Amino acid sequence: MIIRRILNVFRRDRISAEIDEELQSHIDEATGAGRDVQQVRGVLRYREASQDIKLIPWLDSLRADAIFGWRQLLKRKVTSAAAILSLALAIGACTGAFRLIDALLLRPLPVAHADRLYAVLKQGTSDSGGGMVRYNSWAYPSFKLMRAAVKDEAELIAISGADRTDITFKSDAEMERANVQYVSGWMFDAFGLLPAAGRLLTENDDRNPGAHPYAVLSEDYWTRRFGRDRGVIGKTFRLGERSIEIVGVIDGPFTGTEPGTVADIFVPMMMNPKVTRDHATWHRSFAMIPPGAPMETIRAKLDAASRAFERERAKGYGGISRAAIERMLAQTVQLEPAAAGASGLQENYRRGLFALATLVAVVLLITCANVANLMTAQAAARGREMALRVSIGAGRGRLVQLVLMESAMLALFAVLIGSWFAWWSAPFIVGMINPPDHPARLALPADWRVLGFGVALTLVVSLLFGLAPAMRASSVVPSSALKGGSEPHSKRRTMYALIAAQVAFCFVVMFVAGLFASTFQNLSRRPLGFTPDGLLAIDAATHTPQPAVYWTQVADHLRELSGIESVSMSDWAPLEGTASFDFASNSFVSINGAPPGPLPAYTFGISPGWFETMKIPLVDGRDFRRGEMQTAAIVNEAFVRGFLPGLNPLGQTVGVSALKLRLPIVGVVRDAPYKNIHDPMLPVVYVPIYSTDATGAAEPMQAAAFVVRTTRPNALTLAAMLRQEIPRARPEFRATDIRTERELVDAQTVRERLLSMLALFFAGVALLLAAIGLYGVLDYSVLQRRREIGIRIAIGANTGEIARRVTSEVFAMVALGAAAGIGFGLASARFIASLLYGVSGRDPAMLILPSATIIVAALLSAIPAVVRAARIDPVTMLRAE
Amino acid sequence: MPDLLQGSLDLLVLKILSRKPKLHGYAIMTAIQERSDEVLRVEEGSLYPALHRMEEAGWIRAEWIIKDTGRRARIYELTAAGKKQLAAEQERWKSVTSAVNRVLRTI
Repeated sequence: MIIRRILNVFRRDRISAEIDEELQSHIDEATGAGRDVQQVRGVLRYREASQDIKLIPWLDSLRADAIFGWRQLLKRKVTSAAAILSLALAIGACTGAFRLIDALLLRPLPVAHADRLYAVLKQGTSDSGGGMVRYNSWAYPSFKLMRAAVKDEAELIAISGADRTDITFKSDAEMERANVQYVSGWMFDAFGLLPAAGRLLTENDDRNPGAHPYAVLSEDYWTRRFGRDRGVIGKTFRLGERSIEIVGVIDGPFTGTEPGTVADIFVPMMMNPKVTRDHATWHRSFAMIPPGAPMETIRAKLDAASRAFERERAKGYGGISRAAIERMLAQTVQLEPAAAGASGLQENYRRGLFALATLVAVVLLITCANVANLMTAQAAARGREMALRVSIGAGRGRLVQLVLMESAMLALFAVLIGSWFAWWSAPFIVGMINPPDHPARLALPADWRVLGFGVALTLVVSLLFGLAPAMRASSVVPSSALKGGSEPHSKRRTMYALIAAQVAFCFVVMFVAGLFASTFQNLSRRPLGFTPDGLLAIDAATHTPQPAVYWTQVADHLRELSGIESVSMSDWAPLEGTASFDFASNSFVSINGAPPGPLPAYTFGISPGWFETMKIPLVDGRDFRRGEMQTAAIVNEAFVRGFLPGLNPLGQTVGVSALKLRLPIVGVVRDAPYKNIHDPMLPVVYVPIYSTDATGAAEPMQAAAFVVRTTRPNALTLAAMLRQEIPRARPEFRATDIRTERELVDAQTVRERLLSMLALFFAGVALLLAAIGLYGVLDYSVLQRRREIGIRIAIGANTGEIARRVTSEVFAMVALGAAAGIGFGLASARFIASLLYGVSGRDPAMLILPSATIIVAALLSAIPAVVRAARIDPVTMLRAE
Repeated sequence: MPDLLQGSLDLLVLKILSRKPKLHGYAIMTAIQERSDEVLRVEEGSLYPALHRMEEAGWIRAEWIIKDTGRRARIYELTAAGKKQLAAEQERWKSVTSAVNRVLRTI
């Protein structure tokens, strides 16, 4: 019944035709019986009463308003299009930001009871002193103790990083990479996961080190790599030296607990050689805690277990200062909700994403203010129409509905375009985050969460920019509006307030964008200490450890090739790292046999000639000699400053606890960033790459990086050739990854580049919108005051005076807005301080630039209105009306 | 007492249609006039809204027929729900009129 009435709204013409026909047949009958046509027709004229019964009157009026609103929008194509596009951009950007934040930080993992999942963290003071640091990385023996300690209250789950790992399904020549994640066997049960094929792992698959060569695939990987072939169950692949059998596939979208990285293959923890090592911290620990369980008791038990482990472990420490041990023992265990999982991408981008989301939200507010001003001006121009509607009996509510309908239509179109924009932009941003050869993958579903956000945003937005003009339009006083003289000042007051708000918001966006931009600039201008251009970094690996002479042989072979200037080796490619962790190895050092200090130094194994290849200048002493074993060390200047102040470093000995070595220093080199170009220069001890066994002979090695300086401007053109030449030199060797050093350096500043690029873009949008808004308001106020201006010109006011009269109020608003903006800006700078490098929110230069830009933009946007005011011809103006 | 009056128009229309189904609006109006010996004259202006309202309520249903003159006419008949409604309306009318009569007797 209701549905028919709703449908009838859209069949309105037929309904009224039927009613007319029925009434006409009545008239025919009546006149046939001899009555007067006019009299009968007069009695029957209330057709609308019947019509309202047959359909829903409010829906019918909405339909009429929609048609009317559509015609209004069409009448002003340019302004409507501008409003829709600016709204679309802002709404799209907001929705895109929401998608990213939701996918990375909010969306619960696709597991049963994700809300019960907590990350187990350690909190303590950092090695370099100073602030609090949280560590998420655990040693498995410590995890085992903790699991036993809380086994009655909660289930602990160990999950390693999903690292890109070389695996082979067939012959060694077909090595490929997949993201392999080591997990506790009972994770699948605890997460309520089911198999799509085969079986999943259980606690029984995770009991004894090295004894359970089984793996489970994610459904995503099964589909991508094997085309959902069930025959994959029972197949084996090689992971390192082990052969592992695929026993099943997970049903559903679960791809690990690290948003940003998709785990392809799950292997029991016990298959990682590190499970028995006390000193390797390599996996995250999660806790499934049932609702109502005593959190504090669980935390205290975990804390006690972890502390007992650390105390036991500390007994075996040599070469570490008392203070460092105390610091380690003072760490406390914390539980943090992790329904959305835990990943390095989250830690790295949380603040940046929220800063970006705030920026786009502010841009949206500016847009709303703009459109509200536009609608207010239009509503004022339609004052007479509104007055007429009121005088023929339209209610206030009906007028509000009429204007809101127009706003809603604007918003609807904006949302349609905006959702396309959000659809495109979110994956685009994720694509930009990708470090070379390590694609960040983030599931970005467009489901009810995104849809709900979009709908809520649209409603809020259309109310924001539509309600004020609607209320204004409905409060029209017919008698004065129809006379042509309404008091214009009250109308302008709202517009001026909106201008001030716009300028304030615009200032904040530009200020923050400036901070991000100069952060990026500072980082890119930072001296690297080496020359990355023309440098290639090749990750090389072998299945079984190969003798040092073979490695040297491969390097020598590559050196002979054309286009290659020099080749050397290091433990890993310089500045290699991902969003989740840096390649680094730190250690406490003792100088000349003295007890070790509280601060660590960093170690890096390199081959002779490495400094030359990198173009890091030698300041003093000599490079390593060819064939020199771990009997000498080279340090950088930061090391000398930190550990040997005022001494001649050459000839001093340095004891490195992690390598259990005491080496004489034979050389000093210039500083170069060690792991992260955001860090201050770290003290580094370079040691020869081949570690030595008890007899002093070189140990075989399984993986290292070749650093290749080429003579080609575009080093990557040699990549394919180098990839072929490595196995040609020695068949056991394989290049697993080739990148330019430039890529690796750029990857370090991805976040800053992304933030500065997006923030600058939105600052441009904000400035443009604010300028348009200012122009619109000034233009409107000149239009409103044209009679007053005409009179002033007629009695002799000059152009300067007119310009001052027209702009003074608006410029006062601009000044007020800018002042408020400085306040907001300084407050926001504190929140983003951790994202900045080499620049501070209190830097006056950072405040002056946006202020100057806004003033210039305000002046430019005032020119057309001033010209228009000055050109008013008093004679025409006074004659009109 | 608009309720009472409106109710009585519904009652009259339903009653007429229960005796003679398939009447069009004009015939319903004349039937009410004839049966009441020209005492009750139906307001033509409120007849059609009442018919359409009852149609929406599902008490009567309408269909178009071609009259002898070749023009279309809309005729009405009772539905099952309309029959129930008629009984209820009659009951209500009786109780109202007897109440009014009681008042008249006592004064």
